[in-house]
Amino acid sequence: MFDFIVSYYNYWVFIGLMMVGFYAMMAKRNLIKKIIGMNIFQSAIIFFYISTSVKKGGVTVPILEHGHAAHAADGLEHGAHAVDIMQYANPLPHVLMLTAIVVMVATLGVALAVAIMIYRRYNTLEEDEIIKLLRRG
Amino acid sequence: MILPFDLILVLFVFICAIAAITVRDLLSAVVILGAYSFFMCLLWTQMAAVDVAFTEASVSAGIGTVLCIGAVSKTRRRSRD
Repeated sequence: MFDFIVSYYNYWVFIGLMMVGFYAMMAKRNLIKKIIGMNIFQSAIIFFYISTSVKKGGVTVPILEHGHAAHAADGLEHGAHAVDIMQYANPLPHVLMLTAIVVMVATLGVALAVAIMIYRRYNTLEEDEIIKLLRRG
Repeated sequence: MILPFDLILVLFVFICAIAAITVRDLLSAVVILGAYSFFMCLLWTQMAAVDVAFTEASVSAGIGTVLCIGAVSKTRRRSRD
């Protein structure tokens, strides 16, 4: 049981980081702080997905070694070279998270633009002051 | 994957995340967030996700930090919490 907890430490770090980001989004009053919290939250999720792609025992980058080796001399067919999948990290989460990083920066840009517009209108970035100004009309 | 290196990186990532939401100066918070992104990118390099690592280094740590600094310079630098 203890061994299980220790060997999956990446996932505990993921939970911690995600909660740090969540706390910043919920409890901080400054809008830029909220946006920073959102960034931390998103990269924690990406961290989780990349962690799922790692295999036990020192995997390497998912690039096929000896992919173009000619086997004509051995009399083997093309593609007869066996690929040992356990040597490589799983590339599927990498590709998915590549998209997620770009989406993350797009969200960041839109959020910052909205924050700048709010600052121009209410002349403050603190949430409680903005709500007070909104109530006053 | 080298275990002590991994643990140190994870610790740094955590410290940077806590510091980025605690610091009151928004410009410092944004720069610490950039450092967080770079540590995250190192973590991914040693998890054999090199493509994700260099996308993170250029897009999130580069463009993201520049956007945040632009936004902070357009608005106020001080934060109350």
